[in-house]
Amino acid sequence: MSRQTFSRRALLTAAGAATASSILPRRAFPASKPKIRIGLLLPYSGTYAALGNNITDGMKLAAREHDNKLAGREIEWVAVDDESDPAKAPANVNKLVVGEKVDVLTGPVHSGVAMAMMQIVRQEKTLTIVTNAGAQAVTGQLCAPNVFRTSFSNWQTSYPCADVVLKDGRKKAVLLFWNYSFGQESMAAFKEGFTKGGGTIVKEIPVPFPTTEFQANLSEIAALKPDAVFVFFAGAGAAKLVKDYAAAGLREKIPLYGSGFLTEGVLAAQGPAAEGIKTTLHYADSLDTEVNRKFRAAFKKATSRDADVYAVAGYDTVNALASALDKVQGDLGARKEVIAALEAVRLDSPRGPFRFSKAHNPVQNVYVRQVKDGREVVLGVAQKDAEDPAFGCQMAT
Amino acid sequence: MTLSLFALQLLNGVEYGLLLFLVASGLTLIFGVLGVLNFAHGSFYMLGAYLAYFIGQRTGSLAAAVAVGVPLMFAAGWLVERLAISRLYGRDHLSQLLLTYGLVLLFNELQRALFGNEVHGVATPRLLAFGLPLGELQSWPAYRAFTCICCLFVAAAIRHVLLRTRFGMRVRAGAVNPEMVEALGIDVRRLLSVLFSAGTALAALAGMLAAPLTTVYPGMGEGVLIVSFVVVVIGGIGSVKGAFFGALLVGLSDTLGKVLLPGLSSAIVYAVMAAVLLWRPRGLFGQPVEAR
Repeated sequence: MSRQTFSRRALLTAAGAATASSILPRRAFPASKPKIRIGLLLPYSGTYAALGNNITDGMKLAAREHDNKLAGREIEWVAVDDESDPAKAPANVNKLVVGEKVDVLTGPVHSGVAMAMMQIVRQEKTLTIVTNAGAQAVTGQLCAPNVFRTSFSNWQTSYPCADVVLKDGRKKAVLLFWNYSFGQESMAAFKEGFTKGGGTIVKEIPVPFPTTEFQANLSEIAALKPDAVFVFFAGAGAAKLVKDYAAAGLREKIPLYGSGFLTEGVLAAQGPAAEGIKTTLHYADSLDTEVNRKFRAAFKKATSRDADVYAVAGYDTVNALASALDKVQGDLGARKEVIAALEAVRLDSPRGPFRFSKAHNPVQNVYVRQVKDGREVVLGVAQKDAEDPAFGCQMAT
Repeated sequence: MTLSLFALQLLNGVEYGLLLFLVASGLTLIFGVLGVLNFAHGSFYMLGAYLAYFIGQRTGSLAAAVAVGVPLMFAAGWLVERLAISRLYGRDHLSQLLLTYGLVLLFNELQRALFGNEVHGVATPRLLAFGLPLGELQSWPAYRAFTCICCLFVAAAIRHVLLRTRFGMRVRAGAVNPEMVEALGIDVRRLLSVLFSAGTALAALAGMLAAPLTTVYPGMGEGVLIVSFVVVVIGGIGSVKGAFFGALLVGLSDTLGKVLLPGLSSAIVYAVMAAVLLWRPRGLFGQPVEAR
């Protein structure tokens, strides 16, 4: 497995610079401020490599827009490939937090890695920004003053969808999901909203992760004849489910709903099978705002790839940091002030208005999207300023 | 569960089992005759699927992908056997595991470099892009029916080659007593090369046939490999007949497990394997290559 570490090269550059400055005559202006070291704990290999790369490039795009400086301090990136492997997470987090002594830790994609990360940063009090992992606990039971999240909580991606299904006049739903924490949390949130609004869950069908053999489940759904099916799958599993569902002839008869991860990044692979599917998410590529258009154009120019929801989280991470650090003149030692400044951050993000909740999770609009002619079209806002309920969060100082 | 739904689920199970057989047959042949535990078998399945995507996208035809891809993978199998696998004959399983696992990593990186990390869809051939009505709401995609027929055809072909042709006779003899076969003036090394390449081509064919059903994605080979090993162990290592019935058993128990015990469905297949091994420690048909 390849492991990408910029740290060694970065250290060499730093060493070179240090030597050079000792030889060169001292300039008249005061010594420049020390660099700010940002740790990236992201997957650069394996299934989630594309996500890790987009988050990183989103962050670097925002950094370039600030001349690679936060409050006048130059940014130094220290990246570690976490391989989305929770078993290696403690060692990887320690490498960044204890070994490299980063000022800010960002990442990861995988919730299992995030859980291991939480254990350590809660103790070490490292300023941490979670850039993807949606596990409820990050801003719920395990919430901490030094931990923020710029992506989403699983609840936010699924609770608003209940309302969408009910508004379509569909009251009986089957739940079909990958049986691991993301799927379970997504289902619990949908169920909460759906039953509250008067709907009934006919059956919950867990599918072991990462199984992609769905025929048995589809026959069962066809026999149950619900009004709607709400699912959680992502990546290859989502691509296959959507294709199988259409091939089984169920697409026109029982509409499929899900959180946006059902179609994010796999729309092309799903092809015509995805037509008409409605999903909810805090972002859509086609979001028609000035900020989003500019962001997407800039990202495309920088990377020649299309931006996505992951790139947005990376972009907002650096922008939030920039805004907060400006307020404290880049003094990360003033811990309370830094946290207060982050809590006060208001961003005009590509996803729409963005701020942090009391539990440090984004307060953001969740949109209803529908696939039309192979494109994700925004139908409207499913829930404005959606705020995660943050069950179990008691913020200690 | 109504009777018609039960029948439908049986059909689902058989269909899944037949696809498994296509992968497992090559695996069991290679183990039975060459004595090599081939972890890279899943990679050949994955490469087959990627070839189906790559060639299919350029020519718009899955048939063309199979026509070009299968010989290509046969040749690739030959190369791998000559360069790497042939050094393993008679070595212990640990060296085999290390080398073939190394090949898995190599092929994964190759796939990453050549095709990237995205999930790709492969279109169902237009001729077969319709559904056969099945029950009230559901329909059975014609392409799934077609793959079932292909798998049955391949099973019959393997059986015919092994039992009714001179080549098959030599393979069976070579599996039991290679020295004697060599002494009779038959080039056993060449025989093994052909067999390994054929196994590789079979895995790739399975990947190509499965591509429109499963979509194509990194790491798709590993999942299939694990289930295929279960199939091979249940059927009896080295037995093609065993692989056939093992695959059907795994397909059926996986499907019915999902319906009856959804919470435990991931464990069902392994429980079945354990039960079979308690009953018959060498699997259902545990002999080197069945002598009928």
